[in-house]
Amino acid sequence: MEHTPMAHRPAAVAAGVHDNPFMKPMEWVSLALLAAVILVVLPILLDAFRLNLVGKYLTYAFVALGLVICWGFGGILSLGQGCFFGLGGYCMAMYLKLEASSVENTKIQSTPGIPDFMDWNQITELPWIWKPFQSLPLTLFLVVALPAFFAFVIGTAMFRRRVGGTYFAIITQAIAAILTILIVGQQGYTGGINGITDLRTLNGWDIRTDSAHNILYFVNGGLLIGCILFAQYVKKSKLGRILVAMRDKEDRVRFSGYQVASFKTFAFCMAAVFAAIGGAMFTLQVGFMSPSFVGIVPSIEMVIYAAVGGRLSLFGAVWGTLLVNWAKTSFSESFPELWLFGLGALFIAVVLAFPNGLAGIYRTYVEPRLTRKVKALAPAEARALPHGTPAE
Amino acid sequence: MFGDYSLADLSAIFAMQGFAGLILFSVYLLMALGLAIIFGQMGVINMAHGEFMILGAYVTYLCSTFFQTYLPGLFAAYFFVAMALAFLASGALGMLVEWSLIRHLYKRPLDTLLATWGLSLILQQTYRTVFGAREVGVELPSWLIGSVQVTDTIEVPINGIFVMAVTTLITLGVAALMYRSRFGAQVRAVVQNRAMAGAVGIDTEKVDRLTFGLGCGIAGIAGSAFTMVGSTGPTSGQLYIVDTFLIVVFGGAASLLGTIASAFSISQTQSTLEFFLSGSTAKVITLLAVVGILMLRPQGLFTLKVRR
Amino acid sequence: MNAAMLHAPLIGESPDAPKFLLAVESLTVSFDGFKAVNDVSFYVDPNEIRVIIGPNGAGKTTVLDLICGRTKASTGSIKYKGQELTKLSESAIVQAGVGRKFQTPSIYDDLSVFENLEISFPRGRSVFGALTFKRDAEVRDRIEEVASMIFLKDQLTERAEFLSHGQKQWLEIGMLLIQDPELLMLDEPVAGMSVGERIKTAELLNQIIVGRSVLVIEHDMKFVEDIAHRVTVLHQGKVLSEGSMERVKNDPKVIEVYLGH
Repeated sequence: MEHTPMAHRPAAVAAGVHDNPFMKPMEWVSLALLAAVILVVLPILLDAFRLNLVGKYLTYAFVALGLVICWGFGGILSLGQGCFFGLGGYCMAMYLKLEASSVENTKIQSTPGIPDFMDWNQITELPWIWKPFQSLPLTLFLVVALPAFFAFVIGTAMFRRRVGGTYFAIITQAIAAILTILIVGQQGYTGGINGITDLRTLNGWDIRTDSAHNILYFVNGGLLIGCILFAQYVKKSKLGRILVAMRDKEDRVRFSGYQVASFKTFAFCMAAVFAAIGGAMFTLQVGFMSPSFVGIVPSIEMVIYAAVGGRLSLFGAVWGTLLVNWAKTSFSESFPELWLFGLGALFIAVVLAFPNGLAGIYRTYVEPRLTRKVKALAPAEARALPHGTPAE
Repeated sequence: MFGDYSLADLSAIFAMQGFAGLILFSVYLLMALGLAIIFGQMGVINMAHGEFMILGAYVTYLCSTFFQTYLPGLFAAYFFVAMALAFLASGALGMLVEWSLIRHLYKRPLDTLLATWGLSLILQQTYRTVFGAREVGVELPSWLIGSVQVTDTIEVPINGIFVMAVTTLITLGVAALMYRSRFGAQVRAVVQNRAMAGAVGIDTEKVDRLTFGLGCGIAGIAGSAFTMVGSTGPTSGQLYIVDTFLIVVFGGAASLLGTIASAFSISQTQSTLEFFLSGSTAKVITLLAVVGILMLRPQGLFTLKVRR
Repeated sequence: MNAAMLHAPLIGESPDAPKFLLAVESLTVSFDGFKAVNDVSFYVDPNEIRVIIGPNGAGKTTVLDLICGRTKASTGSIKYKGQELTKLSESAIVQAGVGRKFQTPSIYDDLSVFENLEISFPRGRSVFGALTFKRDAEVRDRIEEVASMIFLKDQLTERAEFLSHGQKQWLEIGMLLIQDPELLMLDEPVAGMSVGERIKTAELLNQIIVGRSVLVIEHDMKFVEDIAHRVTVLHQGKVLSEGSMERVKNDPKVIEVYLGH
């Protein structure tokens, strides 16, 4: 078609308006603030014990971050994120446990060289599922690959058949329940209800010391910021906008030539991998892994972290996780019975009163001018014309 | 795996396990019935369903204690009073919850899920505060204790038969209510076309509230019946919520017949497997099979092909 | 309105014209025994504007659903440029060159007009492609070009939610234009529009017909007369009549079931 773009628009202005920068100035400020608090302020203010506690919270923030992409943007609520957190955590724990169960360390066992709980369960040979975890590079690979694979299988099976919404939530929840029962039931292979404990060294480096905790904390924080940046990249890419578009009008996206199922699967896999990285870091930071982080209860609790922070805000997810966990720790220390009431009320309040969480409150009360501006920009026509009801 | 048993042993085992499965089926079905109404008909995910059930169990426990202390002469009949009270208590709480919470969230099903999860946490902690963290059991009246000898090797417990009888009655009652009564027609009308139902003079808000209350009330009865075969703790409800949801989804959410068929197949599979494998393995296999089938056939066992 | 221009010469009027863009043959779909579309056949020529009319429940929307793959046919065939569509997935049908506008404006409320159009830009439709998609000059120019066609040049940065009903309909038509389909299917494009908007829409349709065929469902008879090259009348899932508006209007069967009301 004959068309000269220069004829009707000043190129520079239009290019500026429709630019799609990686981050807006305010987002850079938010990132700098978060990085400063995690990497500078907290390490200065807190003692080693408290800092390690914050480190533990940060591992949950990975899960919340994944949920923002998957649930906030994609509209896919997974109630089985504990599975992926657990998969990552167990992969790491299996490696650490094997290292801690050297023949020398376990010479009092009837079969030296295998983890203690296997020995207690009359297992005399290392099961094949444990074999890959003798190698650190393979372990690190599996931490990411295993959850991605499972999420891919589940996602492909479900999204291809147009299963979403509440059905998906129920199925993922059932999977979390199954995995927990499996881990608890197969004591000899998994360590059962106690999980995998007594972890000591990572490739010879003692992870139990204060200085190791400290270093792991910074690794944790660094990885988290890396994940935020990656999530921000996805959010800003066309894929991020397609996720939002899909949440809104799935059919329109489908009939614009996209395979909706692939995009949903991608979001689900990404959330799974983030959760798994969090789980692996949890094992390192806290020194054990158990089925109590896999099941339904932790999985839903992790959703509330994202909801409190704001389901559409990457930074909000991290703040929400820190805030809820800080509240949990302080309540549980002084009024343990009140905590469940508080957590329950938090679920209800976030849903009823603050569906966009902390980020929403920030936007409503701190940036109200921006909203007014947008409204002012709406053309007079939009308000003057009554919205006609589409005929059936 | 069958090598160590004689044929007579095996048939007795299958009969007994089958009966154990029937009791499990009854409990599952009672729990799923309430959920089938709330989730299947209204599309609301009520994660606190287990807690409504446990409320019924605690009401039964209170009744049992009350009759023991004050009306020992009528103790034999306390269970019927308890069941009615359980229905009323859970139903009333359900209506209160619908009014204060659920009705604001009909258009946001995923948010309903989160809010009712919050409610379930609050209820659990309330039970823990009021009744203590330990599990409580009810005293069975003497006529419910013991078992009936069917053959030399097969005997069935009386309380199990009683639970099955209750389940049958409630199921028939629900079926009659949903498919034969005016109320059932109104519920289905509201489900299918809310605006139209409102236009022809159905008070849709009232129908919603009653439907939700009914579902919760039936959960209360389920809890009451549950005390016959197990003990009750503050978090007992949570143990069953996943199974119950799977049953309803597996059956095809809007179909009562589907719910019955799915509760039957799941409970029979699980109880038969339980005899040969450990309890947890049996459960894992059963649930995995259900999830696997649902992945291949998400619409569940019974559905109609409808125009989108 | 420019009636002379709208009534373009009818191309391929003769039934044995060799090249149809779309050939629908004995198409049937049943829902639980109810045949919503029953043995429907019709042919659309390149560059034709075909309007499907018919009373409510005649199966008009279902026919579009069948063509774009939203509903699977029970029997029958849909050939688009000789390619069988009933076997393809929705996204493959779109990529083959079929675009579809829904009855109610189906746009993304949370995105800006620019972003709405950008999502329909036919590049980066795989997951990886979408991740690495660059908003370059080509994309911008094309979006601006389409935006000015659909009268939304000044609303590009606005959230789509704030558009008027008519503007939302245009936006969806614009999203299809960016896709550049050879067959454009529109389900009631002027429903709920003001008279002014309707005239502009007819102008728009007249503009975008160049180089493609359009299949329109519409109730507004005035509008149909303005744009249609040929009209197909559906009734109870079957083709009742077909031909020019003039002929269809005078068909006694049509008058009885539809226009006579």
